[in-house]
Amino acid sequence: MAYPVIKGARYLLVHVPNMLINNGTTQTVERKKNPDSSYLKNIYKHIRSFEDAVAYPPNQVYIGNISPDELAKMESPWYENLVHGSSRFGRLGEIVPEDEFYAWMKVSDAFELVFLEKGFTDELKLKLKGNELFSENDISKLGSGFEIYEIEKLVRENSAEPLNMGEKLVGCIKRAHDIDVNLSAGVILENTAAKASAAIVLRKLIKDLGIEAESIDYIIETSEESCGDMNQRGGGNFAKAIGEIGGCINATGCDIRGFCAGPAHGLINAAALVQSGIFKNVVVLGGGAVAKLGMNGKDHVAKGLPVLEDMLGGFAVLVSENDGKNPIIRTDLIGKHNVGSGSSPQAVMQAIVADPLEKGGLKIGDIDKYSVEMQIPEITVPAGAGDVPQANYKMIAALAVKKGELDRRDLLDFARKHGMPGFAPTQGHIPSGVPFIGFAREWLLEDRIKRAMIIGKGSLFLGRMTNLFDGVSFILEQNKGKGEEKKQPGKEQIKFIMAEAFRELADNLLQEAGNWNGK
Amino acid sequence: MDMGIQQRVMDLAEKYGNEDLIVVLGGAEAEASGLAAETVSKGDPTFAGPLAGVPLGLKAYHVFEEEIKNEVDPQVYDDQVSMMEMVLDVDAIINEVRTYREG
Repeated sequence: MAYPVIKGARYLLVHVPNMLINNGTTQTVERKKNPDSSYLKNIYKHIRSFEDAVAYPPNQVYIGNISPDELAKMESPWYENLVHGSSRFGRLGEIVPEDEFYAWMKVSDAFELVFLEKGFTDELKLKLKGNELFSENDISKLGSGFEIYEIEKLVRENSAEPLNMGEKLVGCIKRAHDIDVNLSAGVILENTAAKASAAIVLRKLIKDLGIEAESIDYIIETSEESCGDMNQRGGGNFAKAIGEIGGCINATGCDIRGFCAGPAHGLINAAALVQSGIFKNVVVLGGGAVAKLGMNGKDHVAKGLPVLEDMLGGFAVLVSENDGKNPIIRTDLIGKHNVGSGSSPQAVMQAIVADPLEKGGLKIGDIDKYSVEMQIPEITVPAGAGDVPQANYKMIAALAVKKGELDRRDLLDFARKHGMPGFAPTQGHIPSGVPFIGFAREWLLEDRIKRAMIIGKGSLFLGRMTNLFDGVSFILEQNKGKGEEKKQPGKEQIKFIMAEAFRELADNLLQEAGNWNGK
Repeated sequence: MDMGIQQRVMDLAEKYGNEDLIVVLGGAEAEASGLAAETVSKGDPTFAGPLAGVPLGLKAYHVFEEEIKNEVDPQVYDDQVSMMEMVLDVDAIINEVRTYREG
């Protein structure tokens, strides 16, 4: 059976400074515990403008306008070395401002829970007219808006979550139940944001790849949000809800969870569905996590940085039948951290990186680029979490040293050559392996690299159900064309040929025996 | 340092006292390891957890330090820790953690 291919990947960032202040958990917890804290007073001075967020070099990499290799050569700190004149539109993605995103949330609202003010709605209609992803039908869905006093009343008396543009109230999100915390206004806001951001990137994928929305058979949603009510807290189904906004009328889908490893698990599942012939086109996607906005804000403010965690992330990847051209997913070389693998970093790297390579007769250096947890280092370093991708690359290199495949003196060079700087927002599942798939696909097509490994890791202990770690990986490889793949019979095919030959031999023997008996 | 872990350290110190109890750290970074060492000796400097204003006076060692390393079966150490010794800034981590034992 032919390997499935990555037909395309698209990415989204949404700049949401007001949601950061109102809804990021670091800020909401601080508001509850220390409402008069200096952090809450000072955070406003550390908020970036949309223009600065667009000009931020890692964001330009995330949407494909700058390559990771170019980023490695750029002067840091990147937040002080902005690329002025940058576009919000990229080859592989787009950056959306907060006001437009409120319109997307309104369009994604199926239960009349999102309220936008009249004048603001009129502004949005003007702004979004002609937007290639926001249709005329979407504009009509915005309706005529609500009076500001109605919105103020909902916020004041009905626990609705405010939607702000700076100090100005422009809308709100209502709770969907008066007691059930799973349907509180805060949860509905988080879920609607996850849905809306995934819907934008799904539409972008469909438009940019020039495919019909109707050709998508299945959608796998891999964020870290949970939608349901008090009787089924994580019932789902984001995937289908997003497919509805994307116009994927022939698709169903489901949500796959695995903390930050969710997208990698989702892609492996998608590959299996396509290779088995169950579905032809499967989209794996994920939207943004409101809760994580400003997660390390206290450290950023204390150290005089802008609060860099002001971006929601999103991605969508299309996995399709082998077309003889696009890069293949080596489904025979999947890395996985098993229950019994052990939790030391060595054991984890052995299971996720070394085991699949050894199975394929490959060495650690045979992978040209590894995509690990691609968090932007200048977000995590000030918070004491170090440069996460760099640490991962060093671990992969150290594993090669332990296996005798690399001289210890070359450890840093290896990490540099086979790695890249982190360029994704700290949105959990968003930076986990998938941000590089867009570049990897292009570089494999251009023969710039032969192989890339996509790694997803998950911190399961956060859910308090197990202390086990998790991680999975898969290898993307250049496609040698359909014909070549057919020439090489697989194990199953060889078994079949052998069985046929034995059957023929047995028939001949029986025939001969019969003839002999008859004589 | 995580709130839950601060509480566990506090409970253990109450149960066993601080004379025969040490804390072994596995932090990947000097500043964070130092913060943990400071939390269990002088109290939580961020004033966020149960050890805020509670100086337990516990001594903290990083797993990379000779005092701990020499107590571990070399094969186990090689299997579990040696790879990270190649990756992390061992000297910076040890120096930072030691500061809080001596200070």
